Amino acid sequence: MNPGRGLFFYVRRSSPLHAARAGVGASWALAISSAALVLSHPLALLALLGGVLGGAAGACVWRELRRALALALVVAVPIVAVNVLVSRGGLTVFARLGDLGPFGQGDLTVEALVYGAVVALKVSVLILAATLASAAVDPDELLRGVRRLSFRSALTATLAIRMIPLLAADAQRLAEAQRTRPGGGHVRLRDRLALVTATLGGALDRALDVAATLELRGLAAARKAPRRPRPWSRHDIAFAGSALALVAVAIAGAAHVSFDAYPLVRMQLSAGTAALCVALLASMLLPFSDRRGVQP
Amino acid sequence: MSAPLLTFECVSYHYPGAAEPALRDVSLELQPGEFCLLAGLSGHGKSTLLRAACGLVPHFHGGRFAGRVTLAGRSTREHGPAPLGMLAGAVFQDPETQLVTSSVRAELALALESRGRSAGEIARGVEEVSLALGIDALLERATHELSGGEKQRVALGAALAGRPPLVLLDEPTSQLDPVAGDELVGLLRRLNQEWETTIVLAEHRLERCLATADRVIALHDGEVAQDGDPQAFLRWATRRAPALATPGAKLFALAGIEPPPVAVRQARSQLRARGLLGAEADPASPSPEPSPRGRVRGRAHRKHSQPVLRLRGVWHELRSGPAILRGIDLSVAAGETVALMGRNGAGKSTLLRHAAALLSPTRGRVERAGRVALLLQNPGDYLIHERVADEASAAALAAAGLDELADRHPRDLSGGERQRLALAIVCDADGDSAAAPRAEPVVLALDEPTRGMDRAAKVELAAELRRRASAGQAVIVATHDPEFAAACARRAILLADGRVIADGAAAELLAGGWYFATETARILRGAGGALLPEQGAELLARGALATGSAPAAGPASGNPRAGASPAGALVELSP
Repeated sequence: MNPGRGLFFYVRRSSPLHAARAGVGASWALAISSAALVLSHPLALLALLGGVLGGAAGACVWRELRRALALALVVAVPIVAVNVLVSRGGLTVFARLGDLGPFGQGDLTVEALVYGAVVALKVSVLILAATLASAAVDPDELLRGVRRLSFRSALTATLAIRMIPLLAADAQRLAEAQRTRPGGGHVRLRDRLALVTATLGGALDRALDVAATLELRGLAAARKAPRRPRPWSRHDIAFAGSALALVAVAIAGAAHVSFDAYPLVRMQLSAGTAALCVALLASMLLPFSDRRGVQP
Repeated sequence: MSAPLLTFECVSYHYPGAAEPALRDVSLELQPGEFCLLAGLSGHGKSTLLRAACGLVPHFHGGRFAGRVTLAGRSTREHGPAPLGMLAGAVFQDPETQLVTSSVRAELALALESRGRSAGEIARGVEEVSLALGIDALLERATHELSGGEKQRVALGAALAGRPPLVLLDEPTSQLDPVAGDELVGLLRRLNQEWETTIVLAEHRLERCLATADRVIALHDGEVAQDGDPQAFLRWATRRAPALATPGAKLFALAGIEPPPVAVRQARSQLRARGLLGAEADPASPSPEPSPRGRVRGRAHRKHSQPVLRLRGVWHELRSGPAILRGIDLSVAAGETVALMGRNGAGKSTLLRHAAALLSPTRGRVERAGRVALLLQNPGDYLIHERVADEASAAALAAAGLDELADRHPRDLSGGERQRLALAIVCDADGDSAAAPRAEPVVLALDEPTRGMDRAAKVELAAELRRRASAGQAVIVATHDPEFAAACARRAILLADGRVIADGAAAELLAGGWYFATETARILRGAGGALLPEQGAELLARGALATGSAPAAGPASGNPRAGASPAGALVELSP
């Protein structure tokens, strides 16, 4: 039984991204997100999306990303739909819904559709970059850095990461036990409430045991965690360089490659645009090409 | 003699709101390097004593505390669990609640980090403890990926990372299979002998670790009832507390042999010295065939009885994962009692879930002649209401002997009572009073029902299962406990890697193995198919083992249960 089926777990795999230190991996994901926020050109965003998907394949977390991709689609479709319905900025009308009373004329425009798609693409890249980070960046190592600043807060965050899947497993076990009751398929509202109460009660029991364990590990007398220096590996350097390059390319791209959705769609398609896309893809994917020393 | 490491002086303790004390006037001293076993039935103070030794009682739990506990010269009155954690590492029953980070390396480092050790000390501490416990290969693994045995070893590693002189363990093997349990006890033995770490281990299955211990302290009602070496403990237990005696000690007591053995090897040499056990069989000679009589009986029984549960080529394959069950063919007849054994991950729980229709096979099919009731591992998972009366119908509670507890909160019941209540819930024929009465289950399946149970509660449960079988219900029990399997099942099935690797009479299967064998069978080398002390004592009384007239690992002779009808009474396992 997998206790946390459906939830994302960090699992150490043999990949350059997993081999990089957690701070660098997180910064790399942050650089992708920043690039997605800075850039608006659809081709550049598509390049970022391709880079994230390629990165997921290079980090051997494709399965985790596939699930996030489904979530991104679920989020993207309403964004596009809402923008088409509420935006009045475009000039190219492709459908007229007539007078919508307080909302005015219901004219649906191509520009609103394109802009909605661009925003949805941005959101999708953000979701996928966050998923890639959660699947390939060691949360314990990341929080160890934070523990130097605030030991208890960081440990609480570590505990939450560890305990949420366990509580999900508890709830799953309780629900399974209820299914084995005679007539367990038909659970009344009263029983559902009792089930929720029992899950919460179980969580408190577990919290008490965990608290006892932490007491014995010296939490009450906890001191500032020591710095644990370690030499920079080739993967640390590669992903740090990639993050810096990404930010630089994104800033340069935002300044030189133009895209406007309103009032008419104007998208620059030039050698500069192609160079931007290639630069984005290359800076994201090059670190994955070196697989020396990736074994845990 | 050196100064004691741990001292209890007239310690009494009440948990908050409790009328009865959990510890009563406990006084004892523990020397450095001792390996001490804590024995006692559930609820008699073992866990409380361990928690008092490391300062969790009273600092963490509150309550009323009298007396004095001193650990390496520091009184627990003045020092809390955090500073005492440097001197005493603790490992409790559930490994899940003892792992607080997501990776093994971080887990081992946490205790050292929180005590402000330098980076070098942390790195060295993690390296050394992982090598000492043989978990160095797990360092980069995520904690949620580990098996139960691995988790327990990591928890032990986390407790040992600061190299405390004392390690306290509260039933650490209760959730492990026999192989992982023996590995853990072996590890403790090495820690004790090579690094002179003082060990205090609370355990129900004493036969597993008695040979390793220097001393056994038995607790009864929170008081020290016996304190001495393992042999003195066994002498006391066979006379005064039979529920604590090991099967080997019971066997010797029933056969009138003194002194009681603390280990299988000692038992055998004692029997040989008395001419009661023949010489070791030649390992080069082929192992004796099990009695054809026993095998034919088993098959004939299954052939003529009506199967109530049949699994035909059942596969359970995870999407993008391994196959958990691989073509299981199995048929269980009415009134049959079956023990399902195998290592953790062998597929026992999945098989039971298929039997109860909680899962659907990816290939093959399951045929049921009626309702299959399934009792899952943790009886507490069934108890979701505020009153016992709300959990099951009045008739079911009365049948389980729980009608007098109808107004109690289910979580206030003892372990045995909870187990009975959970059993009453899943077997409840009345079910929801608003609905029509349901049929009695034709099959009762139980998944690891004896986890953390003491011997007395196991005896009660075994009797209940035999009663149900004699009433015609088929009973399938997934268990790691060969003694319990022998007490309640006539047939045993061994699973490995999702396949049935052995299926036969329990007297045959539980007599011939190393891990999946009862202590009596291991002492008598499986002769006569004797699994329980009573059967072994009968063989010894007849002198059948000295003359070699008892066939090895077969139920044909010497086994009072061999000819019993499925509905017949089985040998009682005396508490």
